[in-house]
Amino acid sequence: MDTPINISDVGSGYDVEAVRRDFPILQTEVNGHRLVFLDSGASAQKPAAVIDAMDAAYRGAYANVHRGAYTLSQMATDGYENARKTVTKYLNAASADEIIFTRNVTSAINLVAYSYGTFLEAGDEVVISHMEHHANIVPWQLLRDRTGIVLKVAPIDDDGNFLMEEFEKLLSPKTKLVAITHVSNVLGTIVPIKEVIRLAHAQGAKVLIDGAQGVVHARVDVQDLEADFYAFTGHKLYGPSGIGVLYGKKDLLNAMPPYEGGGDMIERVTFEKTTYREAPARFEAGTPAIVEAVGLAAAVDYFDAVGVEKIAAHEQALLSYATDRLSEIDGLTIYGKAANKAGIISFTLEDVHPHDIGTIIDSRGVAVRAGHHCAQPLMDRFDIAATARASFGMYNTIDDVDVLVEALVYAKGIFG
Amino acid sequence: MEDHIRELYQEVILDHGKNPRNFRHPEDSTCEAHGNNPLCGDRLTVYAKVGDDDTIQDAAFEGRGCAISVASASMMTDIVKGKSIAQVGRLFDQFHKLCTGEVEDIDYPEFEDEIDKLRVMSGVRQFPMRVKCATLAWHTINAAVQGDQEATTE
Repeated sequence: MDTPINISDVGSGYDVEAVRRDFPILQTEVNGHRLVFLDSGASAQKPAAVIDAMDAAYRGAYANVHRGAYTLSQMATDGYENARKTVTKYLNAASADEIIFTRNVTSAINLVAYSYGTFLEAGDEVVISHMEHHANIVPWQLLRDRTGIVLKVAPIDDDGNFLMEEFEKLLSPKTKLVAITHVSNVLGTIVPIKEVIRLAHAQGAKVLIDGAQGVVHARVDVQDLEADFYAFTGHKLYGPSGIGVLYGKKDLLNAMPPYEGGGDMIERVTFEKTTYREAPARFEAGTPAIVEAVGLAAAVDYFDAVGVEKIAAHEQALLSYATDRLSEIDGLTIYGKAANKAGIISFTLEDVHPHDIGTIIDSRGVAVRAGHHCAQPLMDRFDIAATARASFGMYNTIDDVDVLVEALVYAKGIFG
Repeated sequence: MEDHIRELYQEVILDHGKNPRNFRHPEDSTCEAHGNNPLCGDRLTVYAKVGDDDTIQDAAFEGRGCAISVASASMMTDIVKGKSIAQVGRLFDQFHKLCTGEVEDIDYPEFEDEIDKLRVMSGVRQFPMRVKCATLAWHTINAAVQGDQEATTE
């Protein structure tokens, strides 16, 4: 992009000031400065719609679900199951039975690695990519240690592009599962997951997509994608923490053994033998995150009302502007220049350590993530220990980028 | 707030961070340990040469980290030389309390010069998230002289 964007051009038809008014925390100050929150990739802030929905659920519709024969329990059950329907519709899943509520993406991936993993044998192959979050690496290593599967890693290039041809070369009839991120939490790379799924299916492999970053940046239609599993988490989608979603194809889920045993997932228990309910109940042992589900549904409704396409366009404008502005800072290196990327910028600033950057710019009210981003193999790939990362949410503005740039210049000045 | 930043990133700390002292791997070290801050991935290796009288004759380190952790390691390796393991243990304990704000000042009258140097790091008190950066090297040398291979700030 050669010409700077005018503020009025950003996300035309997108009223970012109206969005900002919906987020109470954005009206607060941090260290005497307006909060410039650029860490939505770690966890996004919550709109009043989510806070209010959870407040209302606790105040007027709370009891345990799926149990009591009384009105409040029915209300709580309706809230919880309606949340499942909201997510079903949002992902365009074929049935609400395909939506399992988990704790987060980590627990969703562990569920698949454990449960679907029982179908895998020594020598079977699982393919991941070089830019996975630890949550999509370690569960497969644990499976490898249990069963002797072979873990293969699809490479990326120096700009962070996913190399589809190299990925295809790793696939064979031995490939039983492909577990790939939709959007890299460090580089911002958007992986062409539909093509990944098509190629994997051609070899008879199932595919799990880690959508932690993906679901907030792109419309996800699991039927169109033909994904076997798609996982995302509430707190990155402007909803509460403590609740995540695992979408899985119904036949697949019902063939899989339970992950955790307990109440709510059983059909009939005797000391000799227990039979299990079908999905989703099979995978939701114990009292679930009831009010969090209500909050997640409110977040999905809010996000959908604003529109993921508009939000993505707004974030693209911010990304483009920020890429240009940050590139003007002498000594700043951006990691991740994929042709197709989401609103995430990782960078280093000469020899100023990202943690020092994080502390110093916080004094100006700017929140960014600093560290290895739970992606140490990716850090090793670029021979760095850590980066600072600015990630954009639906409420960020051009002014936020300008404040970030000024704060970085200040940080650089301290290190002279 | 920017006063706190200036206090944390004093010239002395910036200097030690940029030009760390004792940044080497001594061939005659008698013990070493790896220090790891799992939250941020910072890693240090601290080497020490301990004499028969339990005195630290030489200390050095290698690794990478933020300005605070590198500066602290640099100063620490200077300070511990010539001290006994027990004295280093007491200095570490006092320094840790200084960084967490548990004590206002270090109480160890024999080592006033060393304590002057350590006081420079006390700006970290205003930044609880960074205390582990300031204490990583101290955890690590303590582990090394106690015969442990690994130290962690967790």
